Amino acid sequence: MSLGTLYGLIAIGYTMVYGILRLINFAHADVMMMSTYFAFFGISMFALPWWVAAIIAMILTALLGIMIDQGAYRPLRRAPRISALITAIGVSFLLENLGLVIFGSRPRAFFRPEIFRPVWQFGEIHVLSLSVYTICITAVLLVFVYIIIYRTRIGMAMRAISRDMQTVPLMGVDLNRVIAFTFGMGSALAAAGGILWAMKYPQIEPLMGIFPGLKAFVAAVLGGIGNVFGAVIGGFILGVTEILLVAFFPEFSGYRDALAFLLLILVLLFRPTGIMGEVLPE
Amino acid sequence: MLVVENLSVNYGGVRALRGVSLKVDQGQICTLIGSNGAGKSTTVRAISGQIKGMGGSIISGCITFEDQAITTIPVHHIARLGVVQVPEGRRVFPNLTVRENLFMGGYNRSRDSGFASDIEHIFSLFPRLKERYNQLGGTLSGGERQMLAIGRAIMAKPKLIMMDEPSLGLAPNVVDEVFDIIQDINSAGTTILLIEQNAMAALSVSDYGYVLETGEIRMEGPGKELLDDERVINAYLG
Repeated sequence: MSLGTLYGLIAIGYTMVYGILRLINFAHADVMMMSTYFAFFGISMFALPWWVAAIIAMILTALLGIMIDQGAYRPLRRAPRISALITAIGVSFLLENLGLVIFGSRPRAFFRPEIFRPVWQFGEIHVLSLSVYTICITAVLLVFVYIIIYRTRIGMAMRAISRDMQTVPLMGVDLNRVIAFTFGMGSALAAAGGILWAMKYPQIEPLMGIFPGLKAFVAAVLGGIGNVFGAVIGGFILGVTEILLVAFFPEFSGYRDALAFLLLILVLLFRPTGIMGEVLPE
Repeated sequence: MLVVENLSVNYGGVRALRGVSLKVDQGQICTLIGSNGAGKSTTVRAISGQIKGMGGSIISGCITFEDQAITTIPVHHIARLGVVQVPEGRRVFPNLTVRENLFMGGYNRSRDSGFASDIEHIFSLFPRLKERYNQLGGTLSGGERQMLAIGRAIMAKPKLIMMDEPSLGLAPNVVDEVFDIIQDINSAGTTILLIEQNAMAALSVSDYGYVLETGEIRMEGPGKELLDDERVINAYLG
């Protein structure tokens, strides 16, 4: 379950950017990877308490997301969508290889704070406290996301842009600001997801983003790409199915990654708009 | 207030406008009439800044608003100067409620008492919108959407409202209602540039009118005079 919420957290970033720009930001997964290194260095080099390091990493990651948008995607706003898509793949490779050069390919052990270590027992069930906290933290973040999207001015602009990008500037809204904010917010959520991920599977390396990223992308499609709460539900479904597969058919556990892509294919075949995706006219 | 001088627009080799010049004075209702494809929408979109940066389009000439050149500044800055467009096809945000659509219009305003009283003012103009306050824009009828699009423009506290084909696709009684509202808004002090195919209705409420044909201004004059002009009658009113 906590796995599902992590997919969900990362998926929000995909889905928000897609909702506004119709761009699948392939670099998102690597932005998540960077966030774990930010947190790692915060803890190991600057000896910061883990939560301070996590918050700083979220801020830095948000800035990184905004920089990527302004540097790589903004010049292509009016270009055909495929150009931005290919650029996204390029940025993804750039971040991965920068990671290899700067951080080295050797995995590093990530710190799991004391409070996340104990194993709690509910009746017959043993749960790592980290998993419970992960769900709680995600829930809190989702409330924030909800408030921003449905209760603030910039959230209203985000929703308006997702349906009619040409008309929004006529209201005096600076599109680039809203888009930058979207990238920042999605990246910060990916950072939260990434750091919790690194605590769950406590080692980090420059290519670690690829699989969680791909699966979060599947989750976003499953839930209906462009829909933030669909992304969370998609992540949840994906995480739970994966764990159930491993639990009930341990002999197939080697196929757990394949399962995600099987789901993706099925969704694309039978309900391409996803669970909560609206069926658009045209 | 608004001066357009020698405006030409090319879309990928097609000349949509050739040297259009027009002037809108403070407090006027000014109309631009013309048939489909004459370049009416292009003119409005050039003024609100939507043409530049579009792939393959070339724009030349000069547009000034209150003595400030606005030919090259971004769309959202032009809107903030007080030039607000009610776009063709209304372009109400379908996934936002009526309330949120109005709030989008007043995006850059602080939510003070003036904001609230403007909302009330819009409801007094369009009681139907009040009934649909929390309904999504996408569920409204064509007439209601037009009212919402106009209300949204008013929320920006504009100095000049440009309306692109406000009567298009509306039932005749709703068209009358829309033109009544346009006059109300104007008498409350907002200058209006109206773009219409419905020449009769548009010219009869206008102080001044321009006739656009294949990208050029062919005729101009006070609205009443154009209504009596034989060539206008034959081409647009016959």
